[in-house]
Amino acid sequence: MNAPYSDPTPAMATPETSSSNTAHAVAQDDLHRLVDGRLAPADAAALAARLAHDPAAAATQAAWQAQRDSLRQLHAQVYGEPVPQTLLDAVRRTEQSRGQVDQWWRWGGVAAGVLLAFGLGWVSRGMAPVSARAVVAANAGPGAFAHQAVVAHAVYAPEVRHPVEVAAAQQEHLVQWLSKRLGRPLKLPQLAAQGYELVGGRLLPGEAGGSGSARAQFMYQNSAGIRITIYLGALNQVSQTGSAAARETAFSFVSDGPVPSFYWVDQGFGYALAGPLPREALLQLAQVVYQQLEPEAGGAR
Amino acid sequence: MNRQPLIDHIPSLRRYARALTGSVWAADDLVQDTLERACSKWRLWLVGSDLRAWLFTLMHNLFANQMRYQSRQPAGAGLVDIDDEADTLSAPEAGLDVAIDLQRCLLRLPQDQRAVLLLVCLEDLSYAEVAKITGAPIGTVMSRLSRARARLRELMEGAVPAAEDSAVSGKTSATPVILRRLK
Repeated sequence: MNAPYSDPTPAMATPETSSSNTAHAVAQDDLHRLVDGRLAPADAAALAARLAHDPAAAATQAAWQAQRDSLRQLHAQVYGEPVPQTLLDAVRRTEQSRGQVDQWWRWGGVAAGVLLAFGLGWVSRGMAPVSARAVVAANAGPGAFAHQAVVAHAVYAPEVRHPVEVAAAQQEHLVQWLSKRLGRPLKLPQLAAQGYELVGGRLLPGEAGGSGSARAQFMYQNSAGIRITIYLGALNQVSQTGSAAARETAFSFVSDGPVPSFYWVDQGFGYALAGPLPREALLQLAQVVYQQLEPEAGGAR
Repeated sequence: MNRQPLIDHIPSLRRYARALTGSVWAADDLVQDTLERACSKWRLWLVGSDLRAWLFTLMHNLFANQMRYQSRQPAGAGLVDIDDEADTLSAPEAGLDVAIDLQRCLLRLPQDQRAVLLLVCLEDLSYAEVAKITGAPIGTVMSRLSRARARLRELMEGAVPAAEDSAVSGKTSATPVILRRLK
């Protein structure tokens, strides 16, 4: 309990609880982990079995679970509300300051270059040409969708316990739920032949202002533990001038984010496949995904 | 310039803030402060690191500061008439009564317990992440979580007797918005 900042995840926390088999030894921390889904399946099953002999702990677990479930519903309607303009304005100001930072880096880079030219190369260590490049890359307009996909990948793929909201075990529910939220029947690409098993999926917010817009992310993992994500959703915020072009695009490759990604747009719906893979491997997977999502449409080609 | 990642996080920030403060307006103020803080500290965020955790850390610190400030204010400064808030606390889809009741009980938890419970349940963050965001050792996070869950269970299961009720609101002067029926 008193180990600051260390992760307490190892399942059956204290030695006393694991060595003792009396029902009362169910530790509160383990109950929390069970309720919050932070136990490995085997440990969760073992704990559930012990709860069967401990009515008090079982009641606590049930009450906490109900609490958690109702908290998960609380104010969930916020996700369907448009973001207030005042908040968007606040972000816009953030963006200006980011521009300043960007400029600052650039001037820093120039300064470093000048100094380098004078043979003072050591100054440039610690200046951040890499950061500057990443910031500039994030600004590229046309690949905004792909950028969001890559960011979503970078945020969720490293998650150990909760990479997804709905796990692969509930595939049917996952597909129904996301289809409903994205307003279009979705299909789950099967990548087992390529060595990737479905981990699950999650719902993500879409673009600004589009109150109905939402994005889905499906995550897959291979036996080596490499995770790839498919990110998809309607592109309803496309600027008028670009809308015709945006309705359909060829495969495009972006490699300036934390992981590379292939993305394409089909009938106003965007798809991006992201993962820490070489371009060739990623392209092959992207083609498989594309073909699986488009089999019937093949006749219309 | 791409502000999308930041915008993407606004709905979850708003939702968390709403549960934390119990008020739509206070929540959006808190989110706005958070975004503005993000603006002034933008260079401290490393591109590619966890933006969500960073934003929640900023929000947590802002909220904790607000609470410290309010607790030094004359009694009543943080009071909000529940009748003014009733319509802003609605949850159209889920049972309205349940949501209002849950929110009401949440607000009676001490602020640090409420924050931990919401970060764990609403945001589904790991205990280690919650420890980082709240700046507390993980043992403290776990004990706050235990107390929050036990207390919320009591509050939800039996309407707490009036005597205990007043004792609670007297004790937890740090509670941000104490709902009070004025009529």
